[in-house]
Amino acid sequence: VSLQPSFIEDVSELPTHAFSYRSLTWWGIIGFMVIEGAAFALAIAAYFFLMSQEQEWAPRPWEPPGLLAGTLFTLVMLLSEIPNTMIKKAAETYDIAMVRKLLPWIVGIGLLLFVIRGFEFNSLNVLWYDNAYGSIIWALLFLHTTHVATDWGDTVVLWRLMRTPHGADPRRLVDTDENALYWRFVWLAWLPIYVLIYWVPRLFR
Amino acid sequence: MTPAERAKQPPAKVPRDGPKLTGPKLEEKLAETWSNPPGFIGWLASVDHKDIGRRYIITALVFLALAGALAIVMRLQLSKPDNDLVGAARYNEIFTMHGTTMMFLFAVPVMQGMQIYLTPLMIGTRSNAFPRLNAFSYWTYLAGGCLLWVAFVLNIAPDIGWFAYPPLSGPQFGVGKRPDIWAQMVTFTEIAALAAAVSLTATILKQRAPGMSLARMPIFVWATLVTSLMVIFSMPSVALASSLLLSDRLVGTHFYNPAENGDALLWQHLFWFFGHPEVYIIFLPATGFVSEIVATFSRRTIVMYPIVVMSLVATGILAFGLWVHHMFATGLPRIGYSFYTAASMSVSIPTGLQIFCWIATLWEGRPRLQVPLLYVIGFIFTFVIGGLTGVIIAAVPLDLQLHDTYFIVAHFHYVLIGGAVFPLLGAITYWYPKATGRMMSEGLGKISFWMIFLGFQLAFFPMHIAGVNGMPRRVYTYPAGMGLELPNLLSSIGSMVVALAVLLFVINMVVSLRAGRNAAPNPWNAPSLEWATPCPPPKYNFPHIPIVESRSPLWDAGEKLPVVHGLRVEDRELLLTTVMSAKPDLREPSAEPSIWPFIATLATTVMFVSSIFSPWAVVIGAVPVVIALTAWFWPKSPEPEREPVIS
Repeated sequence: VSLQPSFIEDVSELPTHAFSYRSLTWWGIIGFMVIEGAAFALAIAAYFFLMSQEQEWAPRPWEPPGLLAGTLFTLVMLLSEIPNTMIKKAAETYDIAMVRKLLPWIVGIGLLLFVIRGFEFNSLNVLWYDNAYGSIIWALLFLHTTHVATDWGDTVVLWRLMRTPHGADPRRLVDTDENALYWRFVWLAWLPIYVLIYWVPRLFR
Repeated sequence: MTPAERAKQPPAKVPRDGPKLTGPKLEEKLAETWSNPPGFIGWLASVDHKDIGRRYIITALVFLALAGALAIVMRLQLSKPDNDLVGAARYNEIFTMHGTTMMFLFAVPVMQGMQIYLTPLMIGTRSNAFPRLNAFSYWTYLAGGCLLWVAFVLNIAPDIGWFAYPPLSGPQFGVGKRPDIWAQMVTFTEIAALAAAVSLTATILKQRAPGMSLARMPIFVWATLVTSLMVIFSMPSVALASSLLLSDRLVGTHFYNPAENGDALLWQHLFWFFGHPEVYIIFLPATGFVSEIVATFSRRTIVMYPIVVMSLVATGILAFGLWVHHMFATGLPRIGYSFYTAASMSVSIPTGLQIFCWIATLWEGRPRLQVPLLYVIGFIFTFVIGGLTGVIIAAVPLDLQLHDTYFIVAHFHYVLIGGAVFPLLGAITYWYPKATGRMMSEGLGKISFWMIFLGFQLAFFPMHIAGVNGMPRRVYTYPAGMGLELPNLLSSIGSMVVALAVLLFVINMVVSLRAGRNAAPNPWNAPSLEWATPCPPPKYNFPHIPIVESRSPLWDAGEKLPVVHGLRVEDRELLLTTVMSAKPDLREPSAEPSIWPFIATLATTVMFVSSIFSPWAVVIGAVPVVIALTAWFWPKSPEPEREPVIS
């Protein structure tokens, strides 16, 4: 026979949701950020490992990637943090109307980023099968594109979800909050990759 | 009442567990709330951590049997010189399948299966965090295992060794699709392991019973936390490595191609940055088993709990600084040799400390020599030998002589079988009554223990001699007259004894399921929370969530178990607590059963398998995956916990 219970504390008054590290969702998101962050860190390590095989970087006769598209992409990403922060704040203050208004903006910015990304692939001045330098440059850009695509898909689903009555559930606002957190990670992860793709091949010629 | 109607109820009217709702009436309601949907679809849709954990363990044991059968074939082939039972090419496939299956499909998954089954019970919660992710993890693991073994049956199995070094695995020498199948199997199992690790980490940090501060966590749970974090940090490395390999093979990149200034050593770095921590991902849960078993069977708490916990953490960190010792023979700078030798030797310090703590606990306690403790003693003996040969080969000059010989084969079987499989068999015997409600036969258990223990020494000790005498690993035969006949014959005989013993162990498991003695709720008089529930545990684990006031709650509880109350009983609700001190913090809903994780795995499988043949499969195949994931996450009904916001 199992032990008889002795009732000590009533937890029925506890809240049913909370933002940030008090919620399970946050820990899940952090877990996946660490996994992806580790993958990026290792890809960056592979970049430097391959760089050590070359006399100069980018190796001649390949030109370093063109700066325009990548820099534009970086600027748009940095600016996207403005509506992103607004959404995060709106979610934390239970301002559903504002969340519903701003989410399509983030979706639109995502679409714009995809278009610019297309031009980026076109301005790398090297193909993935030319040599190991080309392979790693393409790999970094491809990895980050899957990163943007994942969060964009997430945001589209969230946008549609928030327009339904489910949006009124405070737990969905927690999801919105965490989605905004993830977007921060996406653009933060981009900054070192931007330097590696566009600037290091210029500086080590 | 439907969930929608319940959502409109004022919170006070919602039925909750407590003094007014306890005993059989409560258990009936909870059982209904936490049960699976009926039928086969309900079985596929289960998100119960006990179902998932059990499936993980049973599947891993099936893979153990398959890989074990291959080991027997190899030992038959090597039992005499110039044997022609198996040809060279088939032998390459067999040792690749054996190693790959043992590492990726048995050792890591069986440990995660035990962790998934036990963790929520040991920390006093009703379910784990992200139960659907957990279900997805199992199905993905199963799909990866099937991919590898279907390929073997179709005669297209990988033949490149379990660590698949390029250029052998690259486009130039790895002809056909054999290496691609290996690489994609890795992708499956890494996703599975990562998903389980995230779920376990969140469960441990946020769902511990009130009062179970980090300093009161069972040591097995500590081991689970450390290994889950190690999975999170190390597995991306092999996932990246295998993706780069696939891309070299499929779209002509040059990551590992020295002719275009790539480097085959990049593979070895990425692989071993995962591969070395993986050894500890397998070993640390086993030390968790040992700590639990030693405490219960010594009838006292573990001596120097903080030292044992710090040793686990230290091993977890040091494990990331050793990978290069697998690469001593590739030629490294002197400073690299010295650093990685020192690091490799230093990892024996925390492990040694743990062993002293276990011995001290046995010394100070009143040990009961039952089967689980026998396995622990067998473990200590065998693992110390394996650990010492590890210190030997951490020295570069010796490693250069012994690299890729049977000495290495002996070493890693001593640490992996002695260090992980012995504790696992002890743990299965120990927790068998928890999962089934029956005890395994003590008599049969003792016979199989002694057969495994002695058979193992007979099988693997002579391999040290064969290795020192110059026998390389991964050769399908050897000539007569080199002093290799006797050690090989002894190894072959020993491996048969081990196989028989494992068979006996499995027979014991199967027979005890029907004929075993009925288990009391706490048959071993153990101190930890999983024994506070009936055997086998009900779907909801605990009728009321227990409160923990010490490291050995059941020994200190007295007549009654202190509990909290007030959780909903008609909806799946969890109590979340704070990360460090486990104070009650939130009530959050737990996901209902869903078929979508299974469907998401099917979609993922189609995408991964087709991407062996065409890069476009990644793009096109992603569409069904996205659809399945969206359906998985989309809320099915107004959620019931819409209560006034209390902050």
